[in-house]
Amino acid sequence: MNEDTCYTLPLGPQHPALIEPEYLKIHLDGETIVNVDINLGYMHRGIEKALQQRTYQQDQFLIEKICGICSSIHTLTYCNAIEKLLEVDIPERAKYIRMIVAELERLHSHMLWVGIAGYEIGFDTVFHMSWRDRELVMELLENISGKRVGYSMNTIGGVRRDISKDMAENIRTIMDKIDIRLNHYINVFVKDSTITKRTKNTGILTQKDAIKYSAVGPVARASGISCDLRKKAPYLLYDNVDFKEITHNTNDVESRAVVRLKELLESTKIIRQCLHLMQKGELTIKIPDTVPEGETISHGEAPRGEIFYYARSDGTDKPYRIKIRTPTLSNIHSLQAMLKGQQLADLPIIVASIDPCFSCTDRITLLNTRTGMSKSVDATYLKTLKR
Amino acid sequence: MLKSQIYKIKTKVINKARIKSPWMMHFDATSCNGCGIEILACLTPKYDIERFGIVEKGNPRHSDILLVTGAVSYKMKDRLKLIYDQMPEPKIVIVVGVCGISKGIYQGCYNIIGPIDKVIPVDIYVPGCPPRPEAIIDGVIKGLTLWKAKLEKYDEKKENEKY
Repeated sequence: MNEDTCYTLPLGPQHPALIEPEYLKIHLDGETIVNVDINLGYMHRGIEKALQQRTYQQDQFLIEKICGICSSIHTLTYCNAIEKLLEVDIPERAKYIRMIVAELERLHSHMLWVGIAGYEIGFDTVFHMSWRDRELVMELLENISGKRVGYSMNTIGGVRRDISKDMAENIRTIMDKIDIRLNHYINVFVKDSTITKRTKNTGILTQKDAIKYSAVGPVARASGISCDLRKKAPYLLYDNVDFKEITHNTNDVESRAVVRLKELLESTKIIRQCLHLMQKGELTIKIPDTVPEGETISHGEAPRGEIFYYARSDGTDKPYRIKIRTPTLSNIHSLQAMLKGQQLADLPIIVASIDPCFSCTDRITLLNTRTGMSKSVDATYLKTLKR
Repeated sequence: MLKSQIYKIKTKVINKARIKSPWMMHFDATSCNGCGIEILACLTPKYDIERFGIVEKGNPRHSDILLVTGAVSYKMKDRLKLIYDQMPEPKIVIVVGVCGISKGIYQGCYNIIGPIDKVIPVDIYVPGCPPRPEAIIDGVIKGLTLWKAKLEKYDEKKENEKY
Protein backbone atom coordinates (compact mmCIF):
# COMPACT_ATOMS: atom_id res chain seq x y z
CA MET A 1 0.00 0.00 0.00
CA ASN A 2 1.49 3.29 -1.10
CA GLU A 3 1.04 6.07 1.45
CA ASP A 4 0.57 8.66 -1.27
CA THR A 5 -2.45 6.84 -2.61
CA CYS A 6 -4.41 7.21 0.63
CA TYR A 7 -6.62 10.27 0.65
CA THR A 8 -10.11 11.45 1.43
CA LEU A 9 -12.46 12.81 -1.15
CA PRO A 10 -15.23 15.13 -0.03
CA LEU A 11 -18.46 14.77 -1.96
CA GLY A 12 -21.18 17.31 -1.56
CA PRO A 13 -23.37 19.15 -0.94
CA GLN A 14 -24.35 19.88 -4.53
CA HIS A 15 -25.11 17.54 -7.45
CA PRO A 16 -27.16 17.67 -10.64
CA ALA A 17 -29.09 14.51 -9.81
CA LEU A 18 -30.04 16.04 -6.44
CA ILE A 19 -32.67 14.69 -4.04
CA GLU A 20 -30.84 15.81 -0.89
CA PRO A 21 -27.70 17.85 -0.36
CA GLU A 22 -25.54 15.81 1.94
CA TYR A 23 -21.83 15.58 2.52
CA LEU A 24 -19.88 12.36 2.26
CA LYS A 25 -16.23 12.19 3.27
CA ILE A 26 -14.79 9.20 1.51
CA HIS A 27 -11.52 7.65 2.67
CA LEU A 28 -9.78 6.05 -0.26
CA ASP A 29 -6.84 3.76 -0.81
CA GLY A 30 -6.13 4.24 -4.47
CA GLU A 31 -9.48 3.60 -6.11
CA THR A 32 -10.88 1.47 -3.31
CA ILE A 33 -13.13 2.94 -0.66
CA VAL A 34 -11.86 2.29 2.85
CA ASN A 35 -14.42 4.17 4.90
CA VAL A 36 -17.18 6.76 4.60
CA ASP A 37 -18.17 9.57 6.96
CA ILE A 38 -21.67 10.93 6.50
CA ASN A 39 -22.46 14.52 7.39
CA LEU A 40 -26.11 15.53 7.29
CA GLY A 41 -27.99 18.65 8.30
CA TYR A 42 -27.90 20.89 5.25
CA MET A 43 -31.64 20.51 4.86
CA HIS A 44 -32.52 21.14 8.50
CA ARG A 45 -35.28 23.71 8.56
CA GLY A 46 -36.76 23.24 12.02
CA ILE A 47 -40.10 21.89 10.85
CA GLU A 48 -40.93 19.94 14.03
CA LYS A 49 -40.68 23.13 16.08
CA ALA A 50 -42.70 25.10 13.53
CA LEU A 51 -45.42 22.43 13.67
CA GLN A 52 -45.97 23.21 17.34
CA GLN A 53 -46.57 26.88 16.58
CA ARG A 54 -49.34 26.28 14.03
CA THR A 55 -52.78 24.75 14.26
CA TYR A 56 -53.58 21.20 13.17
CA GLN A 57 -55.16 22.49 9.95
CA GLN A 58 -52.17 24.67 9.05
CA ASP A 59 -49.76 21.82 9.84
CA GLN A 60 -51.09 19.73 6.93
CA PHE A 61 -49.53 22.13 4.44
CA LEU A 62 -46.21 22.42 6.22
CA ILE A 63 -45.96 18.63 6.54
CA GLU A 64 -46.49 18.34 2.81
CA LYS A 65 -43.36 20.41 2.30
CA ILE A 66 -41.10 18.09 4.31
CA CYS A 67 -40.46 16.26 1.07
CA GLY A 68 -41.69 17.27 -2.36
CA ILE A 69 -41.39 13.75 -3.76
CA CYS A 70 -43.32 11.79 -1.11
CA SER A 71 -45.64 14.54 0.09
CA SER A 72 -48.82 12.49 0.05
CA ILE A 73 -47.62 9.74 2.40
CA HIS A 74 -46.49 12.37 4.93
CA THR A 75 -49.91 13.98 5.13
CA LEU A 76 -51.57 10.57 5.06
CA THR A 77 -49.64 9.39 8.10
CA TYR A 78 -50.15 12.72 9.88
CA CYS A 79 -53.91 12.68 9.21
CA ASN A 80 -54.10 9.05 10.38
CA ALA A 81 -52.39 10.04 13.63
CA ILE A 82 -54.67 13.00 14.30
CA GLU A 83 -57.76 10.96 13.42
CA LYS A 84 -56.62 8.38 15.94
CA LEU A 85 -56.41 11.13 18.58
CA LEU A 86 -59.86 12.42 17.59
CA GLU A 87 -61.20 8.82 17.62
CA VAL A 88 -63.02 9.25 14.32
CA ASP A 89 -63.34 6.89 11.37
CA ILE A 90 -63.19 8.47 7.93
CA PRO A 91 -65.52 7.37 5.08
CA GLU A 92 -64.53 4.28 3.11
CA ARG A 93 -64.36 6.13 -0.22
CA ALA A 94 -61.89 8.60 1.29
CA LYS A 95 -59.71 5.71 2.42
CA TYR A 96 -59.64 4.23 -1.08
CA ILE A 97 -58.81 7.60 -2.63
CA ARG A 98 -55.96 8.05 -0.15
CA MET A 99 -54.63 4.62 -1.13
CA ILE A 100 -54.87 5.41 -4.85
CA VAL A 101 -52.95 8.69 -4.46
CA ALA A 102 -50.35 7.01 -2.24
CA GLU A 103 -49.77 4.26 -4.82
CA LEU A 104 -49.62 6.76 -7.70
CA GLU A 105 -47.01 8.59 -5.67
CA ARG A 106 -45.02 5.37 -5.29
CA LEU A 107 -45.25 4.92 -9.06
CA HIS A 108 -43.86 8.36 -9.84
CA SER A 109 -41.20 8.17 -7.12
CA HIS A 110 -39.81 4.80 -8.18
CA MET A 111 -39.90 5.69 -11.88
CA LEU A 112 -37.94 8.80 -10.97
CA TRP A 113 -35.46 6.53 -9.21
CA VAL A 114 -35.11 4.26 -12.25
CA GLY A 115 -34.18 7.32 -14.29
CA ILE A 116 -31.67 8.55 -11.71
CA ALA A 117 -30.10 5.08 -11.52
CA GLY A 118 -29.69 5.07 -15.30
CA TYR A 119 -28.19 8.54 -15.15
CA GLU A 120 -25.69 7.55 -12.46
CA ILE A 121 -24.29 4.67 -14.50
CA GLY A 122 -24.04 6.92 -17.54
CA PHE A 123 -27.00 5.36 -19.35
CA ASP A 124 -28.94 8.52 -20.20
CA THR A 125 -31.41 6.69 -22.44
CA VAL A 126 -32.95 4.97 -19.41
CA PHE A 127 -33.22 8.37 -17.69
CA HIS A 128 -35.10 9.94 -20.57
CA MET A 129 -37.32 6.93 -21.19
CA SER A 130 -38.42 6.41 -17.62
CA TRP A 131 -39.02 10.14 -17.07
CA ARG A 132 -41.12 10.21 -20.23
CA ASP A 133 -43.27 7.40 -18.83
CA ARG A 134 -43.33 9.10 -15.45
CA GLU A 135 -45.08 12.08 -17.06
CA LEU A 136 -48.10 9.79 -17.62
CA VAL A 137 -48.39 9.37 -13.85
CA MET A 138 -47.78 13.07 -13.25
CA GLU A 139 -50.62 13.91 -15.64
CA LEU A 140 -52.89 11.54 -13.72
CA LEU A 141 -51.97 13.15 -10.41
CA GLU A 142 -52.60 16.58 -11.90
CA ASN A 143 -55.91 15.36 -13.23
CA ILE A 144 -56.96 14.06 -9.80
CA SER A 145 -55.59 16.77 -7.51
CA GLY A 146 -54.91 19.79 -9.74
CA LYS A 147 -51.21 19.87 -8.98
CA ARG A 148 -48.13 18.01 -10.16
CA VAL A 149 -46.19 18.10 -6.91
CA GLY A 150 -47.62 18.44 -3.41
CA TYR A 151 -51.19 17.38 -4.15
CA SER A 152 -52.88 18.41 -0.85
CA MET A 153 -55.35 15.54 -1.26
CA ASN A 154 -55.43 14.35 2.34
CA THR A 155 -57.06 16.42 5.02
CA ILE A 156 -57.97 15.56 8.59
CA GLY A 157 -61.28 13.75 8.25
CA GLY A 158 -61.06 12.62 4.62
CA VAL A 159 -59.88 13.79 1.22
CA ARG A 160 -60.40 17.07 -0.62
CA ARG A 161 -61.29 15.86 -4.11
CA ASP A 162 -63.23 13.02 -5.62
CA ILE A 163 -62.26 10.63 -8.41
CA SER A 164 -64.99 10.74 -11.07
CA LYS A 165 -65.98 7.92 -13.41
CA ASP A 166 -64.08 9.44 -16.35
CA MET A 167 -60.98 9.83 -14.24
CA ALA A 168 -61.24 6.19 -13.08
CA GLU A 169 -61.44 5.05 -16.68
CA ASN A 170 -58.45 7.23 -17.53
CA ILE A 171 -56.47 5.78 -14.63
CA ARG A 172 -57.24 2.21 -15.77
CA THR A 173 -56.03 2.80 -19.34
CA ILE A 174 -52.84 4.49 -18.17
CA MET A 175 -52.15 1.69 -15.66
CA ASP A 176 -52.29 -0.78 -18.57
CA LYS A 177 -49.77 1.32 -20.49
CA ILE A 178 -47.49 1.61 -17.47
CA ASP A 179 -47.59 -2.16 -16.83
CA ILE A 180 -46.16 -2.76 -20.31
CA ARG A 181 -43.40 -0.20 -19.75
CA LEU A 182 -42.55 -1.60 -16.30
CA ASN A 183 -42.16 -5.11 -17.68
CA HIS A 184 -39.82 -3.64 -20.26
CA TYR A 185 -37.70 -1.93 -17.58
CA ILE A 186 -37.50 -5.12 -15.50
CA ASN A 187 -36.24 -6.85 -18.62
CA VAL A 188 -33.69 -4.08 -19.18
CA PHE A 189 -32.40 -4.13 -15.60
CA VAL A 190 -32.12 -7.93 -15.46
CA LYS A 191 -30.85 -8.73 -18.94
CA ASP A 192 -29.08 -5.70 -20.45
CA SER A 193 -25.37 -6.35 -20.07
CA THR A 194 -24.42 -2.63 -19.98
CA ILE A 195 -26.53 -2.28 -16.84
CA THR A 196 -25.90 -5.62 -15.15
CA LYS A 197 -22.14 -5.17 -15.43
CA ARG A 198 -22.45 -2.08 -13.23
CA THR A 199 -25.18 -3.28 -10.89
CA LYS A 200 -24.45 -6.97 -10.21
CA ASN A 201 -22.33 -7.61 -7.11
CA THR A 202 -21.91 -3.90 -6.35
CA GLY A 203 -23.00 -2.33 -3.09
CA ILE A 204 -23.57 -5.57 -1.22
CA LEU A 205 -25.67 -5.20 1.93
CA THR A 206 -26.05 -8.55 3.65
CA GLN A 207 -29.15 -9.40 5.64
CA LYS A 208 -27.15 -9.21 8.86
CA ASP A 209 -25.83 -5.74 8.02
CA ALA A 210 -29.27 -4.55 6.92
CA ILE A 211 -30.62 -5.41 10.38
CA LYS A 212 -27.55 -3.95 12.10
CA TYR A 213 -27.83 -0.60 10.29
CA SER A 214 -31.66 -0.67 10.56
CA ALA A 215 -32.37 -0.41 6.84
CA VAL A 216 -36.03 -0.02 5.85
CA GLY A 217 -38.16 -0.22 2.73
CA PRO A 218 -36.87 -1.44 -0.63
CA VAL A 219 -33.26 -1.43 0.65
CA ALA A 220 -34.11 -3.95 3.37
CA ARG A 221 -36.42 -5.94 1.11
CA ALA A 222 -33.61 -6.25 -1.44
CA SER A 223 -31.57 -7.95 1.32
CA GLY A 224 -34.30 -10.52 1.89
CA ILE A 225 -36.00 -8.92 4.92
CA SER A 226 -39.77 -8.82 4.70
CA CYS A 227 -40.77 -5.44 6.14
CA ASP A 228 -43.63 -4.05 4.05
CA LEU A 229 -45.90 -2.22 6.50
CA ARG A 230 -48.82 -2.53 4.13
CA LYS A 231 -48.67 -6.28 4.88
CA LYS A 232 -47.16 -6.33 8.38
CA ALA A 233 -49.33 -3.63 9.97
CA PRO A 234 -52.06 -2.72 7.48
CA TYR A 235 -53.35 0.82 7.70
CA LEU A 236 -56.31 2.25 5.74
CA LEU A 237 -57.81 -0.68 3.80
CA TYR A 238 -54.67 -2.46 2.65
CA ASP A 239 -55.93 -5.74 4.13
CA ASN A 240 -58.89 -5.61 1.71
CA VAL A 241 -56.76 -5.61 -1.42
CA ASP A 242 -54.72 -8.47 -2.77
CA PHE A 243 -51.03 -7.88 -3.46
CA LYS A 244 -47.68 -9.57 -2.92
CA GLU A 245 -44.79 -8.32 -0.85
CA ILE A 246 -41.69 -8.23 -3.05
CA THR A 247 -38.40 -9.42 -1.60
CA HIS A 248 -35.20 -10.32 -3.38
CA ASN A 249 -32.08 -11.81 -1.92
CA THR A 250 -29.10 -11.02 -4.11
CA ASN A 251 -28.34 -8.01 -1.83
CA ASP A 252 -26.78 -5.86 -4.58
CA VAL A 253 -27.83 -2.77 -6.54
CA GLU A 254 -29.60 -4.88 -9.14
CA SER A 255 -31.67 -6.46 -6.38
CA ARG A 256 -32.80 -3.00 -5.22
CA ALA A 257 -33.79 -2.06 -8.76
CA VAL A 258 -35.75 -5.27 -9.25
CA VAL A 259 -37.55 -4.88 -5.90
CA ARG A 260 -38.58 -1.33 -6.77
CA LEU A 261 -39.77 -2.18 -10.26
CA LYS A 262 -41.68 -5.32 -9.23
CA GLU A 263 -43.26 -3.35 -6.39
CA LEU A 264 -44.71 -0.98 -8.98
CA LEU A 265 -46.49 -3.86 -10.73
CA GLU A 266 -48.15 -4.58 -7.36
CA SER A 267 -48.99 -0.86 -7.05
CA THR A 268 -50.87 -0.83 -10.33
CA LYS A 269 -52.69 -3.96 -9.13
CA ILE A 270 -53.69 -2.16 -5.91
CA ILE A 271 -54.92 0.90 -7.82
CA ARG A 272 -57.13 -1.22 -10.09
CA GLN A 273 -58.61 -3.05 -7.10
CA CYS A 274 -59.24 0.23 -5.25
CA LEU A 275 -61.08 1.65 -8.27
CA HIS A 276 -63.15 -1.53 -8.41
CA LEU A 277 -63.94 -1.67 -4.66
CA MET A 278 -64.73 2.05 -4.29
CA GLN A 279 -68.39 2.68 -3.46
CA LYS A 280 -70.21 5.99 -3.79
CA GLY A 281 -70.26 7.99 -0.58
CA GLU A 282 -69.08 10.93 1.47
CA LEU A 283 -65.54 12.26 1.14
CA THR A 284 -65.07 14.02 4.47
CA ILE A 285 -66.56 14.09 7.92
CA LYS A 286 -66.76 17.19 10.08
CA ILE A 287 -64.06 17.37 12.72
CA PRO A 288 -63.56 19.80 15.62
CA ASP A 289 -60.74 22.37 15.71
CA THR A 290 -59.39 21.22 19.07
CA VAL A 291 -57.99 17.76 19.61
CA PRO A 292 -58.54 15.97 22.97
CA GLU A 293 -55.55 15.33 25.20
CA GLY A 294 -53.53 12.20 24.44
CA GLU A 295 -50.68 10.69 22.47
CA THR A 296 -50.49 8.30 19.58
CA ILE A 297 -48.25 6.84 16.86
CA SER A 298 -48.92 6.24 13.22
CA HIS A 299 -46.90 4.70 10.43
CA GLY A 300 -47.01 4.16 6.71
CA GLU A 301 -45.01 2.63 3.88
CA ALA A 302 -43.49 5.52 1.95
CA PRO A 303 -41.79 4.84 -1.41
CA ARG A 304 -38.43 4.81 0.40
CA GLY A 305 -39.48 2.79 3.45
CA GLU A 306 -41.15 3.08 6.79
CA ILE A 307 -42.39 6.50 7.87
CA PHE A 308 -43.26 7.10 11.49
CA TYR A 309 -45.23 9.85 13.25
CA TYR A 310 -45.63 10.45 16.95
CA ALA A 311 -48.26 13.03 17.93
CA ARG A 312 -49.09 14.41 21.35
CA SER A 313 -51.94 16.76 22.07
CA ASP A 314 -52.57 18.89 25.17
CA GLY A 315 -56.23 19.63 24.40
CA THR A 316 -55.69 22.85 22.42
CA ASP A 317 -55.87 23.51 18.68
CA LYS A 318 -52.07 23.27 18.36
CA PRO A 319 -50.07 20.04 18.74
CA TYR A 320 -47.86 19.75 21.83
CA ARG A 321 -45.28 17.63 19.98
CA ILE A 322 -44.99 15.93 16.64
CA LYS A 323 -42.03 13.66 15.98
CA ILE A 324 -41.27 12.46 12.48
CA ARG A 325 -38.95 9.64 11.45
CA THR A 326 -38.28 9.42 7.75
CA PRO A 327 -36.91 6.40 5.83
CA THR A 328 -33.80 7.99 4.30
CA LEU A 329 -32.31 8.72 7.71
CA SER A 330 -32.56 5.01 8.53
CA ASN A 331 -31.18 3.94 5.17
CA ILE A 332 -28.27 6.31 4.86
CA HIS A 333 -26.23 4.58 7.55
CA SER A 334 -26.27 1.33 5.61
CA LEU A 335 -24.13 3.16 3.03
CA GLN A 336 -21.16 2.54 5.32
CA ALA A 337 -21.59 -1.21 4.90
CA MET A 338 -22.37 -0.98 1.19
CA LEU A 339 -19.41 1.20 0.20
CA LYS A 340 -16.56 -0.51 2.04
CA GLY A 341 -14.19 -2.22 -0.41
CA GLN A 342 -15.99 -0.90 -3.48
CA GLN A 343 -14.48 1.03 -6.36
CA LEU A 344 -14.79 4.82 -6.40
CA ALA A 345 -16.44 4.71 -9.83
CA ASP A 346 -19.28 2.62 -8.40
CA LEU A 347 -19.98 5.13 -5.64
CA PRO A 348 -22.67 7.18 -7.46
CA ILE A 349 -24.84 4.19 -8.31
CA ILE A 350 -24.44 2.68 -4.83
CA VAL A 351 -25.42 5.93 -3.13
CA ALA A 352 -28.28 6.36 -5.59
CA SER A 353 -29.41 2.79 -4.89
CA ILE A 354 -30.75 3.80 -1.47
CA ASP A 355 -32.56 6.68 -3.20
CA PRO A 356 -31.09 9.82 -1.59
CA CYS A 357 -28.61 12.28 -3.14
CA PHE A 358 -25.20 13.90 -2.71
CA SER A 359 -22.59 15.59 -4.75
CA CYS A 360 -19.16 16.59 -5.84
CA THR A 361 -17.94 20.18 -5.85
CA ASP A 362 -15.46 20.75 -3.07
CA ARG A 363 -11.75 20.94 -2.52
CA ILE A 364 -9.76 17.80 -1.75
CA THR A 365 -8.49 16.93 1.71
CA LEU A 366 -5.68 14.42 1.85
CA LEU A 367 -5.76 11.93 4.67
CA ASN A 368 -3.26 9.22 5.35
CA THR A 369 -5.33 6.23 6.38
CA ARG A 370 -2.32 4.70 8.18
CA THR A 371 -1.36 7.62 10.39
CA GLY A 372 -4.66 9.49 10.42
CA MET A 373 -2.88 12.73 9.49
CA SER A 374 -4.82 14.93 7.14
CA LYS A 375 -3.77 17.92 5.06
CA SER A 376 -5.71 20.22 2.79
CA VAL A 377 -4.40 20.89 -0.69
CA ASP A 378 -4.67 23.96 -2.89
CA ALA A 379 -4.82 24.58 -6.60
CA THR A 380 -1.04 24.55 -7.11
CA TYR A 381 -0.81 21.04 -5.69
CA LEU A 382 -3.56 19.89 -8.01
CA LYS A 383 -1.63 21.36 -10.93
CA THR A 384 1.42 19.30 -10.01
CA LEU A 385 -0.82 16.21 -9.94
CA LYS A 386 -1.97 16.97 -13.45
CA ARG A 387 1.53 16.52 -14.84
CA MET B 1 -6.67 49.91 -34.16
CA LEU B 2 -6.59 46.73 -36.20
CA LYS B 3 -6.01 44.68 -33.07
CA SER B 4 -9.09 46.05 -31.37
CA GLN B 5 -11.20 45.39 -34.47
CA ILE B 6 -10.08 41.79 -34.61
CA TYR B 7 -10.87 41.48 -30.92
CA LYS B 8 -14.34 42.91 -31.52
CA ILE B 9 -15.10 40.45 -34.32
CA LYS B 10 -13.72 37.57 -32.27
CA THR B 11 -15.89 38.33 -29.26
CA LYS B 12 -18.92 38.79 -31.51
CA VAL B 13 -18.47 35.30 -32.95
CA ILE B 14 -17.82 33.79 -29.53
CA ASN B 15 -20.84 35.53 -28.02
CA LYS B 16 -23.09 34.28 -30.80
CA ALA B 17 -22.01 30.75 -29.97
CA ARG B 18 -22.27 31.29 -26.22
CA ILE B 19 -25.85 32.56 -26.44
CA LYS B 20 -26.83 29.34 -28.21
CA SER B 21 -25.33 27.03 -25.61
CA PRO B 22 -25.67 28.34 -22.07
CA TRP B 23 -25.00 25.74 -19.39
CA MET B 24 -27.09 25.71 -16.27
CA MET B 25 -26.58 24.36 -12.80
CA HIS B 26 -29.14 23.53 -10.17
CA PHE B 27 -28.40 24.10 -6.51
CA ASP B 28 -30.75 22.93 -3.81
CA ALA B 29 -30.40 25.40 -0.93
CA THR B 30 -32.67 23.76 1.65
CA SER B 31 -35.87 23.22 -0.30
CA CYS B 32 -38.35 20.36 -0.18
CA ASN B 33 -37.15 18.88 -3.56
CA GLY B 34 -40.49 19.73 -5.14
CA CYS B 35 -38.89 22.44 -7.30
CA GLY B 36 -35.88 20.19 -7.86
CA ILE B 37 -37.84 17.42 -9.54
CA GLU B 38 -39.68 19.98 -11.66
CA ILE B 39 -36.32 21.36 -12.84
CA LEU B 40 -35.22 17.82 -13.68
CA ALA B 41 -38.53 17.31 -15.48
CA CYS B 42 -37.55 20.27 -17.72
CA LEU B 43 -34.67 18.16 -19.07
CA THR B 44 -36.86 15.22 -20.03
CA PRO B 45 -38.46 14.56 -23.42
CA LYS B 46 -41.81 16.17 -22.65
CA TYR B 47 -40.46 19.64 -21.84
CA ASP B 48 -36.93 19.25 -23.22
CA ILE B 49 -35.02 22.40 -22.29
CA GLU B 50 -32.12 21.10 -24.41
CA ARG B 51 -33.80 22.49 -27.53
CA PHE B 52 -32.52 25.90 -26.37
CA GLY B 53 -29.02 24.50 -26.17
CA ILE B 54 -29.18 24.35 -22.38
CA VAL B 55 -27.32 21.49 -20.72
CA GLU B 56 -27.49 20.70 -17.02
CA LYS B 57 -24.01 20.67 -15.49
CA GLY B 58 -22.82 19.64 -12.06
CA ASN B 59 -19.90 22.02 -11.84
CA PRO B 60 -20.34 25.74 -11.05
CA ARG B 61 -17.10 26.55 -12.89
CA HIS B 62 -18.67 25.32 -16.14
CA SER B 63 -22.05 26.98 -15.84
CA ASP B 64 -23.56 30.33 -16.84
CA ILE B 65 -26.99 30.03 -15.26
CA LEU B 66 -27.58 29.14 -11.60
CA LEU B 67 -30.99 27.83 -10.65
CA VAL B 68 -31.49 28.05 -6.90
CA THR B 69 -34.39 26.51 -5.02
CA GLY B 70 -35.38 26.79 -1.40
CA ALA B 71 -34.99 29.12 1.54
CA VAL B 72 -31.39 29.14 2.73
CA SER B 73 -30.48 27.48 6.03
CA TYR B 74 -27.57 28.62 8.18
CA LYS B 75 -25.43 25.62 7.24
CA MET B 76 -26.10 26.15 3.54
CA LYS B 77 -25.40 29.90 3.42
CA ASP B 78 -21.61 29.74 2.95
CA ARG B 79 -21.88 26.94 0.38
CA LEU B 80 -24.33 28.94 -1.71
CA LYS B 81 -22.02 31.98 -1.63
CA LEU B 82 -19.02 29.82 -2.55
CA ILE B 83 -20.82 28.27 -5.50
CA TYR B 84 -21.92 31.70 -6.72
CA ASP B 85 -18.35 33.01 -6.51
CA GLN B 86 -16.99 30.02 -8.40
CA MET B 87 -19.15 30.74 -11.45
CA PRO B 88 -17.45 32.65 -14.27
CA GLU B 89 -18.63 36.16 -15.24
CA PRO B 90 -21.15 37.05 -16.57
CA LYS B 91 -23.70 34.92 -14.72
CA ILE B 92 -27.44 34.79 -14.19
CA VAL B 93 -29.16 33.65 -11.00
CA ILE B 94 -32.73 32.38 -11.23
CA VAL B 95 -34.71 31.64 -8.07
CA VAL B 96 -37.27 28.88 -8.54
CA GLY B 97 -40.10 28.51 -6.07
CA VAL B 98 -41.76 30.78 -3.59
CA CYS B 99 -39.63 29.85 -0.55
CA GLY B 100 -36.56 31.33 -2.26
CA ILE B 101 -38.47 34.54 -2.85
CA SER B 102 -40.10 35.13 0.51
CA LYS B 103 -39.47 32.08 2.76
CA GLY B 104 -42.91 30.80 1.68
CA ILE B 105 -44.24 28.02 3.86
CA TYR B 106 -41.10 28.04 6.05
CA GLN B 107 -42.07 31.39 7.56
CA GLY B 108 -41.06 31.27 11.20
CA CYS B 109 -38.78 28.21 11.03
CA TYR B 110 -35.75 28.85 13.25
CA ASN B 111 -33.03 27.54 10.96
CA ILE B 112 -34.06 29.51 7.86
CA ILE B 113 -32.20 32.70 6.91
CA GLY B 114 -34.74 33.63 4.30
CA PRO B 115 -34.88 34.86 0.73
CA ILE B 116 -31.97 33.98 -1.54
CA ASP B 117 -31.40 37.65 -2.47
CA LYS B 118 -30.19 38.14 1.09
CA VAL B 119 -27.20 35.92 0.28
CA ILE B 120 -26.46 36.37 -3.44
CA PRO B 121 -27.74 38.84 -6.09
CA VAL B 122 -30.73 37.48 -8.01
CA ASP B 123 -31.85 38.34 -11.56
CA ILE B 124 -35.05 36.38 -12.19
CA TYR B 125 -37.76 35.11 -9.83
CA VAL B 126 -40.05 32.23 -10.80
CA PRO B 127 -42.92 32.02 -8.29
CA GLY B 128 -44.97 28.91 -7.55
CA CYS B 129 -44.94 26.08 -5.06
CA PRO B 130 -43.54 24.43 -7.11
CA PRO B 131 -43.73 26.28 -10.46
CA ARG B 132 -44.70 24.18 -13.45
CA PRO B 133 -41.89 23.16 -15.83
CA GLU B 134 -43.33 25.55 -18.43
CA ALA B 135 -42.92 28.43 -15.97
CA ILE B 136 -39.33 27.41 -15.19
CA ILE B 137 -38.49 27.26 -18.91
CA ASP B 138 -40.07 30.70 -19.36
CA GLY B 139 -37.94 32.05 -16.52
CA VAL B 140 -34.79 30.58 -18.04
CA ILE B 141 -35.56 32.08 -21.46
CA LYS B 142 -36.14 35.50 -19.86
CA GLY B 143 -32.84 35.02 -18.08
CA LEU B 144 -31.13 34.32 -21.40
CA THR B 145 -32.08 37.74 -22.83
CA LEU B 146 -30.78 39.34 -19.66
CA TRP B 147 -27.61 37.28 -19.90
CA LYS B 148 -27.10 38.44 -23.49
CA ALA B 149 -27.20 42.07 -22.38
CA LYS B 150 -24.84 41.30 -19.52
CA LEU B 151 -22.46 39.52 -21.87
CA GLU B 152 -22.20 42.53 -24.20
CA LYS B 153 -21.69 44.89 -21.28
CA TYR B 154 -19.05 42.60 -19.84
CA ASP B 155 -17.16 42.45 -23.14
CA GLU B 156 -17.19 46.24 -23.44
CA LYS B 157 -15.78 46.55 -19.95
CA LYS B 158 -13.11 43.98 -20.68
CA GLU B 159 -12.15 45.68 -23.93
CA ASN B 160 -11.81 49.05 -22.21
CA GLU B 161 -9.51 47.48 -19.68
CA LYS B 162 -7.40 45.94 -22.41
CA TYR B 163 -6.94 48.91 -24.72
